Amino acid sequence: MEVQIVETVKIEVKNLNFYYAGGIHALKNISFPIYQNTVTALIGPSGCGKTTLLRCFNRMHDLYPKNRYEGEIHLDGGNILSNDIDLIGLRSRIGMVFQKPTPFPMSIFDNIAYGLKLTGMTKKSELSESVERALRHSALWDEVKDKMDVSAYELSGGQQQRLVIARALAVKPEVLLFDEPTSALDPISTAKIEELAITLKEEVTIIIVTHNMQQAARMSDWTGFTMLGELIEFDRTDKIFTAPSEKLTEDYVTGRFG
Amino acid sequence: MTIFDDELMHLKELVLKMGAMVENAVKDSIRSLVERDSELARKVIEKDHQVNALDVQIDEDSIRLIALRQPKAHDLRFITTAMKITTDLERMGDMAVNIAERSLELNEEAILKPYIDIPRMSQIGQGMTRDALDAFVKGDKKLAMDVIMRDDQVDDLKHQVLNELLFFMVQDPTTVSRAMKISFIAQYLERIADHATNIAEMVIYLVEGKIIRHMAPPLEP
Repeated sequence: MEVQIVETVKIEVKNLNFYYAGGIHALKNISFPIYQNTVTALIGPSGCGKTTLLRCFNRMHDLYPKNRYEGEIHLDGGNILSNDIDLIGLRSRIGMVFQKPTPFPMSIFDNIAYGLKLTGMTKKSELSESVERALRHSALWDEVKDKMDVSAYELSGGQQQRLVIARALAVKPEVLLFDEPTSALDPISTAKIEELAITLKEEVTIIIVTHNMQQAARMSDWTGFTMLGELIEFDRTDKIFTAPSEKLTEDYVTGRFG
Repeated sequence: MTIFDDELMHLKELVLKMGAMVENAVKDSIRSLVERDSELARKVIEKDHQVNALDVQIDEDSIRLIALRQPKAHDLRFITTAMKITTDLERMGDMAVNIAERSLELNEEAILKPYIDIPRMSQIGQGMTRDALDAFVKGDKKLAMDVIMRDDQVDDLKHQVLNELLFFMVQDPTTVSRAMKISFIAQYLERIADHATNIAEMVIYLVEGKIIRHMAPPLEP
């Protein structure tokens, strides 16, 4: 029985090609949708382009001017690859969480207030309220509420990662990009981040790159399998892990790759 | 070949071993009836615990593989199929025991009539079982579909046997006890073919990832 798809498309990738400054053709004609309020996982072997793809969504590649995009990525209909897009605005709509926690060298409170201040928020009471809300969202509030002035570096790795997620959430993004967010964490912290991501999808759309296939299976609604810069298969996660359509996907998810 | 591949191969061998045991049990139970060989019937009953032991072993092995290997895609379908197939095989083994029990009872009484359709049902059922397992081993969807199609033949034969037995019972009430036992056997054989059909349906799932059970159009009134 065909499942009727009722989801709204949040991001539409259309014929995306990406070339690194050195000329490497890293993404080859990729097209697929990202549905709103879902978790989409990108899996594939190392060097297959999944992180490259993730970084297109908030134009991280623009840090190196000779990197080149072709094709379109529509966010709510507007092409984010167009030259006149406001990158700061884009990155507040599409937040990113990295492999290793990246807290700023400042207090827990200031880590989260930082982005809010950049958006023009100055009132202390308003800031406190938003910081608390973000920390509650990232399931960290109970652990840090009594030490908001302490340096973020005193938190454990798992706590730091949730702090970073809180920092991203504080500016109310529409999409969150996770680049292997738990590869440096222990199993308990990993489980917390995974739970968190699943809860957060009620408010944001999540795209995650992971090497851990079980993690993709546990967390995501949709999975894209990429290899050598191509999107081999994109389908519902349960389909990918029980009965993928492509032989290459089958070989990869069953560990018979290469 | 990885170690995991070896483990899957071993699981496949266990399923085949169990299948061969069950097929023989069905064959021997019917032989014990047709040849009035009560010794053979008792052997079928005695040997059933071997089938049960394999059922448990296959379940334990499958659960261990799921827990430790987190199988996916075809591997996952293969292991779940193996587990479901053994449930059907175990029930078929029980049916063979039931046939052997009725055979023991019938062998104590005068023969009601020569057995013609019962051995035919049994042969078709055995063939279905063999082919369903063959399809499982080879991942042969066409063969599995063929098994499913053959189920109707067994159903038709069962109705034929039951009508015939009904005729005996109406004509001569002293035949009721024997006729009832024979009709039970026809029922058991029909169930055996149903289990073989279940196995074939699981093979389709194994190959295609589609569950086709309960999808047949409703029967015409």
